[in-house]
Amino acid sequence: MDFNDSSEQAAFRAEAAAFLSEHWALLPPGKDMNEAEFNAALVVEAKAWQAIKYDNGWACLHWAKAYGGRDATPIQSIIWTQEESRFDAPSVEVFSLGHGMIGPTLITHGTQEQKTGFLQRMARGDDIWCQLFSEPCAGSDLAGLRTSAKKDGNDWIINGQKIWTSAAQFCRYGMLVVRTDPEVAKHDGLTCFVLDLASAGVAIRPIKQANGEADFNEVFLTDVRISDANRIGEVGNGWRVTMTTLLNERLSLSGGFGMAQLFERLCAQTRELGLTNDAGVRRQLANYYVRIRGLEHINKRTITALSLGREPGPEGSIAKLVAAPLVQNMARFGIELQGMLGTLVLDDGYDFQKKYLAAPQYRIAGGTDEIMRNILAERVLGLPAEQRADKGMAFNKIPSGR
Amino acid sequence: MNFDFTPDQQMLRDVARDFLGNHVPLKLCREALDDYGQHARQAIWPKIAALGWSGITIPEALGGIGLGYLELVVVAEQMGRALAPLPFASSTYLATEALLLSGTKAQRAHYLPRLATGEITGCFALAENGVRMSDSFNVATLYHNGRVSGMKPYVMGAISADFVIVAAKRNNKVGLALVDLSEAGVTRVMVDTVDPSLAVAAIDFKSASAEWMDADVATIEALLVRTAVPFAFEQLGGAERALDLTREYVSERYAFGRPIGSFQALKHRLADAYVDIELARANCLYAAWALSSDAPDLVEAASAARISATKAFDLISREMIQMHGGVGFSWEYDCHLFYRRATALAASIGGIADWQDRLMRAVESRIPLHR
Repeated sequence: MDFNDSSEQAAFRAEAAAFLSEHWALLPPGKDMNEAEFNAALVVEAKAWQAIKYDNGWACLHWAKAYGGRDATPIQSIIWTQEESRFDAPSVEVFSLGHGMIGPTLITHGTQEQKTGFLQRMARGDDIWCQLFSEPCAGSDLAGLRTSAKKDGNDWIINGQKIWTSAAQFCRYGMLVVRTDPEVAKHDGLTCFVLDLASAGVAIRPIKQANGEADFNEVFLTDVRISDANRIGEVGNGWRVTMTTLLNERLSLSGGFGMAQLFERLCAQTRELGLTNDAGVRRQLANYYVRIRGLEHINKRTITALSLGREPGPEGSIAKLVAAPLVQNMARFGIELQGMLGTLVLDDGYDFQKKYLAAPQYRIAGGTDEIMRNILAERVLGLPAEQRADKGMAFNKIPSGR
Repeated sequence: MNFDFTPDQQMLRDVARDFLGNHVPLKLCREALDDYGQHARQAIWPKIAALGWSGITIPEALGGIGLGYLELVVVAEQMGRALAPLPFASSTYLATEALLLSGTKAQRAHYLPRLATGEITGCFALAENGVRMSDSFNVATLYHNGRVSGMKPYVMGAISADFVIVAAKRNNKVGLALVDLSEAGVTRVMVDTVDPSLAVAAIDFKSASAEWMDADVATIEALLVRTAVPFAFEQLGGAERALDLTREYVSERYAFGRPIGSFQALKHRLADAYVDIELARANCLYAAWALSSDAPDLVEAASAARISATKAFDLISREMIQMHGGVGFSWEYDCHLFYRRATALAASIGGIADWQDRLMRAVESRIPLHR
């Protein structure tokens, strides 16, 4: 066991830190870069910083140089992310779907024209991308989606509705999955496209969420035309293309939703309220601590696998399944600590109430707790698959409720 | 970064797994419930000693093989997988570590080589009626003028051990005394426990001849923290095996025309058990590193490993019986062996509440709780 960088890794880390320190001061203690929300001003800052990174060879490190990346190893990408998070640079979260998921999908499945046309602009932050997957009737059962595409000469005509699209109002393009053939089994009738969000017939509306914020949108598609040149992969191969994207999502979504900071806030609140010696409080804090540390160490195992050139295991699914309910539980416990005043939403630096109201989304977005358990049980533990009532059935014969 | 065992340590793990798989089947553990592990100890312990594992942390100069704590935990995990009814925890983690931490030069020279050869085993006696860890081990057993008097109602491995290291008070200060169990004034009393295979006895000391060791409360605290790490690995090993066996069973058992493991009501709970085991494994690995390198956060690391491994083994041992249904509650099936061992190991060096308390004391001393 060895937690130190190899000499090559240390040199790379020093190079990254040197570049970063030319542009930014270190992040002050207690400030969390990832807590920034999307807004127009932040998007402008993020684009400016991304362009500087790109021009100096520090954008999308894991991509090939030909597409604007650096041909870096996975461990180098991790080292870069670790270093960048130490500095007070703008959050580049708004690019994460493109850089982490859609870009790699285009690299795997896209045509040469698509790669040339989209990837470098994506890497430089010129275009922000979103994902147009979920629908009102297709969440966990994504392959049950209904938005249709019908061929018309060299174009496709798209009709339907997408939902839970992050930052769509700032996006130039979306990666879209639609049904091109309703008469075959549901996984076999899907096809992926690049959608220019400025196309006629695209309407974007923010969704007011349960917590009052609006981080996500609905995207309505009415007789939208997409050229066949913007099709990603073969017709009917959309499920495989989509899975490439989602696999990358689960690798990139294990950030932990700010759980370590939330724990420190719980400790501070405990002290401030004079509850440090309350056995019940101490036990609850100990339970949270043990899970948070366990996840941190699981993360070390992922880095070890990448460092040794191995495929990472199911750590991403474990991390999401643990962190999402943990954050919800911790936020609720913070409210509990505050007793009768626990319902007050104050700007007091604790923010348990806001965190709790936001928390349900962590357990749903990017794969629900239940889907994560299915993945772990079936792909890791090798348990038999759940029986499916729609198996092998043509999509248009599958019963649908509300 | 390399957060994994070395190839040599992984080879040791494979050797231990093969050896214990061949020589310590679960049948042996079931028999040990009836004979308090006596047959297993006599038949297997000399072989364990021949492999060097009874002296795994003892320096070569004192007859051991002088490996480190990383090697100790590798073997501990496999002992846990096998539910080995052997004095590895009582003698090799507890008594040996107590001698290494606080034995006088003469005590170390006398006992450690014999522990290494397997000629003798030791045990450790702390618990007393009404004493909790958070009381700073306020024991009533007394040491005075080379004699120990008191009652220790729960001593793991005591039935077959040759000597015991006893927490006792001398001049009103708690420390450790070493007592040969063949001395006059020592009476071992058979007690019924949740897991008889761990050879627990009560020991009654009536002015028994004893030697004082170089230990105080802090030494006992260090001993518990350091041994918590191999204990956690043993629990982790047991939990892994329980999960493996349960996973096989639910994949092969059919009800309502399909394998019961295809029902989400079961597979989701097994996914949760798996997650708890992986969290425990990660905490255990870090604690092993902290122990082997005397890291400043050893107390936090060992406590986190101990708590998460206790919980993981506890959960899967209960789910194991539940998912086996009726047969899982039969003596003939192995489920109860895991259920018993999980419970016994959970209590062994203090339960979850004790370790949560210890953990939070350590966290408080590090994290500035003021904003």
